Amino acid sequence: MSASAGATGTAAGATPRGTELQRAANAPRPQVPVLRTVGALMRKELLVELRTLESVPAMSLFSLTTFVVFHFALNRNVVEGDLAAGILWVTLLFAALLGMNRLFVADADQGGFDAFLLAPVDRSAMMLAKALTLLAYLVVFELVAVPAFGLLLLGPSLGHALPDLIGVLLLGDVGVAAIGTLVGAIAVRTRARDLLGPLLALPLFVPLVIGGARASSPLFGGGHAGAPAARWLLTMGLYDLVFGLIAYALFEFLLED
Amino acid sequence: MHPMYGKGLRVLSIATVATMSVGLALVFFYAPLEEEQGFLQKIFYVHVPLAIVSLAGFIVGGLFAIAHLRTRDQRWDMRSYVAIHMSLIFGVGTLITGSIWAKGSWGHWWVWDEPTLVSYLIVFLLYVTYQPLRFAIEDPERQARYASVFAITAGAFVPLNFIAVRLSTAYVHPRVLGSTSNLPGPMALTFLVCLAAIALLYTTLCKYELTAKHARAQVRALRRQLSGERERAPERTRTAAPRLTAPHPSVGGGHS
Repeated sequence: MSASAGATGTAAGATPRGTELQRAANAPRPQVPVLRTVGALMRKELLVELRTLESVPAMSLFSLTTFVVFHFALNRNVVEGDLAAGILWVTLLFAALLGMNRLFVADADQGGFDAFLLAPVDRSAMMLAKALTLLAYLVVFELVAVPAFGLLLLGPSLGHALPDLIGVLLLGDVGVAAIGTLVGAIAVRTRARDLLGPLLALPLFVPLVIGGARASSPLFGGGHAGAPAARWLLTMGLYDLVFGLIAYALFEFLLED
Repeated sequence: MHPMYGKGLRVLSIATVATMSVGLALVFFYAPLEEEQGFLQKIFYVHVPLAIVSLAGFIVGGLFAIAHLRTRDQRWDMRSYVAIHMSLIFGVGTLITGSIWAKGSWGHWWVWDEPTLVSYLIVFLLYVTYQPLRFAIEDPERQARYASVFAITAGAFVPLNFIAVRLSTAYVHPRVLGSTSNLPGPMALTFLVCLAAIALLYTTLCKYELTAKHARAQVRALRRQLSGERERAPERTRTAAPRLTAPHPSVGGGHS
């Protein structure tokens, strides 16, 4: 894939590594447009996922099992309000950690990083492609997990909460995708990769849990039913913006060797 | 010929000791007893400066990491490492003094409805992974790069996390002792002196650690020189600390 993208590159791609600053200053950017690179990379990612069915089914199954575990651990047949929001967000985040841990494994083990580095394309394209892939995983997985949650545990009906809930979930997903991509790329090249990823990611996710859980709590009934308060949506939006930009800016430093 | 890292250390140490003495004297003999909490409130003059300085240290560590990624100078990575390392130590102090204060005034070792405390714990839990992260990457150059990426991300996380946690409780518990603006004069003065003292302590300790690290690197390089140019340093074990290859830059990570 990378080779086909590289075929149209110019001499700029042959610049030796370590001269990024100079390259940025001279600005003969690689000729392959970023969007095309992102598209090609995402096509590869989704194709691999469709053929191996590795991440999304595992995440979905994990969330189902976690709901069952919560049922027994809390000894509740139905949950609502704060408790429901908490269970949903904890489950979503842990499932996202599974997807995050697998996101770069093939690239690290089977030379995907090397092939990508050889291609005369913008390195941040990989960040965008991986983040969009993780976002797609999360959305598809939530299509299973959220209805299952409504069926298995949630007391109030999911139906009228759904329009608002989708917005809150999407805001959360964007942040999880940005941080998950950055942390996944860091963790995959360490020795204890499966160990370190969740350790790094969970504290970083805390503001999202705060925003997400508080915003979805009124949607699930509870004491103060109603629309989610704007300040939680703003918090999540700010988080998405800041960490999206940070992940985008820092990603290329992870890809230098 | 080599930069003297110990320069100014003596002046800094003396200034630290002097400021700390003045600060402690002010705490015990000048600042009035707080009406509700009495003597217990004195821990405020240690706890809050420790917290502020360590948070500032985390952010400074992130700024140094930016400098490292821009210049690729490993000395910036060393500074970033030392800043974060020292902030972690100060962080342990913050959590312990905070717990003592909470136990004394609220009767519990830990309270969840104090947003500053909770956000501090989250930040602390995040930075605790800094050393394991470094330790898990063997190639020194990559270790430095990844650590810098982490330090920048975490540095940006600090203020954002405080906003989020503060929002989550702000409307429940109005803060009484929020900033220096509502402290009475003598208390505010004492607090500011203590803050300066702790900040000086932080700077001094960081400088000591940097000096020690550089001295060790130079000793190692000299020893290597004495035992023959070509010989590889045998004592290179895996470490979480950045490795300086001061006078003799080794071929980037080729030993592994």
